[in-house]
Amino acid sequence: MNIKQNYWKTNLKYLVVLLVIWFTVSFIFGILLVDQLNKIHFGGFKLGFWFAQQGAIYVFVILIFVYIYLMNRLDKKFKFEK
Amino acid sequence: MVLQHWIWIAVGISFSIYIAIALISRASSTGEFYIAGKGVPPIANGMATAADWMSAASFISMAGIISFNGYDGSVYLMGWTGGYVLLALLLAPYLRKFGKFTVPDFIGDRYYSNIARSVAVFCALIVSFTYIAGQMRGVGVVFSRYLEVDINTGVFIGMLIVLFYAVLGGMKGITYTQVAQYCVLIFAFMLPAIFISLMVTGNVIPQIGFGSAGSDGIYLLDKLDGLQRELGFHEYTSGKKSTLDMFFITAALMVGTAGLPHVIVRFFTVKKVSDARKSAGWALLFIAILYTTAPAVAVFSRTNLIETVSNKPYADLPEWFEKWERTGLITYYDKNQDGLIQYVADPEVNELKVDADIMVLANPEIANLPNWVIAIMAAGALAAALSTAAGLLLVISSSVSHDLIKKMIKPDVSEKGELIAARLSAVGAVMLAAYFGINPPGFVAATVALAFGLAAASFFPAIVMGIFSKKMNKEGAVTGMVIGVLLMLFYMTKFKFGWFGGGTEKDWWFGISPEGFGTFAMMVNFAVSIIISKYTPAPDSEIQALVENIRNPDDN
Repeated sequence: MNIKQNYWKTNLKYLVVLLVIWFTVSFIFGILLVDQLNKIHFGGFKLGFWFAQQGAIYVFVILIFVYIYLMNRLDKKFKFEK
Repeated sequence: MVLQHWIWIAVGISFSIYIAIALISRASSTGEFYIAGKGVPPIANGMATAADWMSAASFISMAGIISFNGYDGSVYLMGWTGGYVLLALLLAPYLRKFGKFTVPDFIGDRYYSNIARSVAVFCALIVSFTYIAGQMRGVGVVFSRYLEVDINTGVFIGMLIVLFYAVLGGMKGITYTQVAQYCVLIFAFMLPAIFISLMVTGNVIPQIGFGSAGSDGIYLLDKLDGLQRELGFHEYTSGKKSTLDMFFITAALMVGTAGLPHVIVRFFTVKKVSDARKSAGWALLFIAILYTTAPAVAVFSRTNLIETVSNKPYADLPEWFEKWERTGLITYYDKNQDGLIQYVADPEVNELKVDADIMVLANPEIANLPNWVIAIMAAGALAAALSTAAGLLLVISSSVSHDLIKKMIKPDVSEKGELIAARLSAVGAVMLAAYFGINPPGFVAATVALAFGLAAASFFPAIVMGIFSKKMNKEGAVTGMVIGVLLMLFYMTKFKFGWFGGGTEKDWWFGISPEGFGTFAMMVNFAVSIIISKYTPAPDSEIQALVENIRNPDDN
């Protein structure tokens, strides 16, 4: 397998993992399981409500910066970045 | 000093900065006009994207809408931020590697046909025009509210400013003005939010404040849930919308965000692929500052409103109430003549109507902040509206001068001629937008949701499949886009304007609202494209090589 296909495969692997987390914190925690999670309290917040109005957004930001880190590392490994 | 003077000073200073930036960063080539010469540093691009993205609606209306809808308002919070994850992971780096000027450029080249390009131009124009009309109106409303000029004069002043820096500077001028506008708007939004948080919860950070307890030791959200129940409203932390509809609306807003041409094109302006990823990260971080503060402001102002007015004698209300009553944004009618304000869910008994925009606009007065803070709010609201309008304007002008004229009608046009065409179409677009701002078509509010649905139903699938599938061909992509867009237009016009026999909530397909239907139309687009591409010839090796090429940042 050539270098570029290898690079692409690793990229796809990262994408799947990160998008699963993206889907989980917003659609699952914030919407589908919101009633169940709301039974758990976290300071003055109900947990499901917190994910829908705060937590999901924080995780989104972290996800992009993790992706930046992973891809910069990958670019270096494959010598795409000078 | 009088409030009016403070406001003229704040608006005057901020506008002078925008004009100065425009004079410094004039565009001298089409590359600079369309994509700022690909030289924007990622942090600056992040700020510009954030300002481009956050419109007058985000700044003025969103916190209020959340405040009245509680948990249901989460669709906007998750929907308008989650799209950046899709942008950073699925679109931005590859489109930057592709390295042309516009979104129709990509669709037209990747699907090797001018039909695909034309469909993309058509979608880009519809999406951007529906959006920009709302922004120009927003500029007019802000002017009239703060400066006591009439709305039309406000639209006119806004139009001249945008015209000046967009036509002169193109993307280069817009980018650096947006950086300044981001700073103005975020400062204007955060300052009152921090003071209100301090006042209500004793915590400086609104994001933490709204999960803590007030001076009575009761958690703020528990107290608000209780107040809402008492007055017959639904509980703040739980919603009225069905789970399925929440899901579909959130998805449509996320995917729509990732498919909006004025947002995508910002990632064409950076130097290299890794900078496109970084820009998306910075952009979301800068957006998140406002988007995580807004739900806190929503809770503070909702609690404050109920505690201030509910069952209180009208005569004893604070000054800000009367001030905003004069603007017509608050109306009170004493139905039972008891001199008290009954603010309840039951429309028969309720005596108070409050416009959602109050929740942000009245904040400085509620928190007893000095007049200059209100002046800064005015400048912030204008920054939010102008920055979005300018970004949209550029998409419209480049669609006309680059995608239509250069790529289809007159391919031999010179660089100079194209630049003139770009400037002229920007002028034309501003005039048209101003016309809609002055004579707003009744459907403006309804069509903002339409813009997201359309972007989700058209661009997103075509771009994603263009990157992630080498076999996707023009037959599949074009049919998918056309069917997706038509389906979305059909559903929106049916349920929003009563065309095709109209219908009410109980006629919605599977209980999906028009706002959430973009998700459904997008899924149809994907399905149609994939099926048709299976039965039609795959793209030739040249196109497949193009796809290989955009998948990595290597230059060779």
